[in-house]
Amino acid sequence: MPELPTPKLPGSGLMKGLALTMRTAIETMFPDGLKNPVPQPTKGAATVQYPHEKEAPTDRARGVIALHDENCTACMLCVRECPDWCIYIEAHKTLAPPRRAGGKPRAVNALDRFDIDYSLCMYCGICVEVCPFEALFWSPEYEYSELKIADLLHDKTRLVQWFDTVPEFEPYESGSEAKVKKLPPPPKAPAQ
Amino acid sequence: MSPVLALDPAYWQITTLKGIIALVVVPSTAGIIAFVFLFKFVSFMHNRLGPMEAGPHGALQLLAEAGRFMQKEDLAPAAADKRIFRWAPIVVMVATFLIYVVIPAGPNAIIEDLPGGIYYVLAIASLSVLGILMAGWASANKYALLGALRAAGQLIAYELPMVLAVLGVVIQAGTINMQGIVAAQMGDGAEIFGLSIIGNPYILTQFVGMLIFITAVQAELSQTPFDMPVAESEIVGGYMVEYSGTRFLLFFLAEFSSAFAFAAIAATLFLGGWALPEAWGIPREAMHVLGPLVLLAKTMLFALIIFWVRFTFPRLREDQLQKFAWKVMVPIALVNIMATGVLKVVF
Repeated sequence: MPELPTPKLPGSGLMKGLALTMRTAIETMFPDGLKNPVPQPTKGAATVQYPHEKEAPTDRARGVIALHDENCTACMLCVRECPDWCIYIEAHKTLAPPRRAGGKPRAVNALDRFDIDYSLCMYCGICVEVCPFEALFWSPEYEYSELKIADLLHDKTRLVQWFDTVPEFEPYESGSEAKVKKLPPPPKAPAQ
Repeated sequence: MSPVLALDPAYWQITTLKGIIALVVVPSTAGIIAFVFLFKFVSFMHNRLGPMEAGPHGALQLLAEAGRFMQKEDLAPAAADKRIFRWAPIVVMVATFLIYVVIPAGPNAIIEDLPGGIYYVLAIASLSVLGILMAGWASANKYALLGALRAAGQLIAYELPMVLAVLGVVIQAGTINMQGIVAAQMGDGAEIFGLSIIGNPYILTQFVGMLIFITAVQAELSQTPFDMPVAESEIVGGYMVEYSGTRFLLFFLAEFSSAFAFAAIAATLFLGGWALPEAWGIPREAMHVLGPLVLLAKTMLFALIIFWVRFTFPRLREDQLQKFAWKVMVPIALVNIMATGVLKVVF
C-alpha cells in the first residue's frame, strides 16, 4: 500500500510562511539572539552599506575588461563579435626586428587605438572569450562611474592600467568543463 | 466634549483646533506606518537594512520622498476628464480623514463622539472607493479602469464580512458607540470568567470575528495578498497608473493613514482601544495622557499583522479573491454572529 502523505492542518503552509519572514526579521534585528537582546540591524543584515564599506568581489567577478596590449595583434575579432559594437581598434603596419639573427624583419600591427565604451558594454565577455592571443582579461574592479557619459569610454592607456588589477588565474573547480585555453597573465616586467 | 482644562472655548475655536489636530495626526500616522513597516520591518524580513542615509537609520527618508513627489510635474493624460482626474485623490484623502473622526484616543480625545460610531466608520470606509472609481474612469486608461473596477468589486465583496464581523462585537458590547465599546471591554465590571485583571478584550471571545475583520481590512486596504486593484505586475499600478507628483503622494498618504485608521479601529474593537483594565486602578485623569500612547501601542500590534501578512504572501487571483469572500468569509461570519447571539442570551 502506497504511503499516504501526512494530512496537514489547513493553513499550516500559511503559518510556515509567516514564521519564516518573522524569524528572518528577528534574526536581522537581534543577531546575537537572547545572549544580547539589543537591536543591532547593522550587524544582522547580510547587505553592505556600499559607499561607507566596500564589498570584496570574487576573483572571477566581471568588473571591467583589461587589455594586455603587447599580445594584441589588432585582428579585430573582438570588434566584430561585440554585440554592442563598443570596441574601437585602429592600427598600422610596421616592421618588427626579426626573431632570429639574420632573419627578415616581421610585418606586425602596431596598436594606435584600443577603446572600450563602457556606456555601451553589456559585460557579456564575448570579447574575452574570442580573443585568440590572450590580450583581454576580466578584472573584478567595479568603481569607475563617471559624471559624464563620454568619460566611460576607456582608452588604451586606461585599459592597460586595468591589467594590473587582473588576479592570478585560478584553476577551475574539479568537475567543471575543462577550458585550458586561457593562460595566466604573464609575469609583469621588472621595474627598470 | 467636556473641557479638560478650565477653558470654555467657542465652537469655532474647538473646530479649528480639531481641524489642526487632524491635519497633524493623519500624515504623521501615515509616516509612522510607512517608516516602521514599509521601510524597516520589510527590510529586516529581507535581511537588509532599508534606508540608512537621511537621518539616523533613515528616519528623515520620508521627508525626502515627500519633497521629491512635490517637485514633480503634475501630469494629466490628454484624454483624461481633467476636473474629475484632479479631484479623485482628494476624495480618497478626505474619506481617510473622515475615518479618523470617530477613533477615540482617550476619555475625551475624540474628534466627534458620534452615537453610531462604528457604523459611521463602515459607511465612510466605502467612500474611498468612489475616489478610486473617479480616478480609474477619468484617467482614460484601460489599466486604470480595470484597477478601479477591481477595487469596487473587492470593496463590495469584503465590506460584507467586515460588517458581519463587527456585528459580533456590537452584539457582545450592546452598543455601536466607539467609546461604549471601549468601556464594555475595559470599563467597570468588565471581566472574563470572573477575572477582571485584563478586563474583557474581545480578542478572546470574538477571536473568529477578529480574524475575519483583519482579513477584510487587508482586502479593504488592498494590501497584498488582496492588492489586485493595484497589481503592479498585471495592470501596472491600476487606478494610480496616470498619477504623478503630489496627487500620487495623496494616494500614498491615504493608503498608509487608512491602514493606521483601520488598525486603530481593530485595536478599539478587539483590544479595548485607549483604555487599560479598570482593575489596574489607573486614575481616569492619567488616561488623558496615557490613552493615546496605549492606543498607539495596540494599533501598532494590528498594523504589524497587516504588514507582516502583506510582505509575506503573494497576490491571489481575482476570482480566488471573490470566491474566498463569498464562500468562506461570509458563512463563517454568519456562524460567528449566530454563536455570539446565542451565547449572549444564554449567559
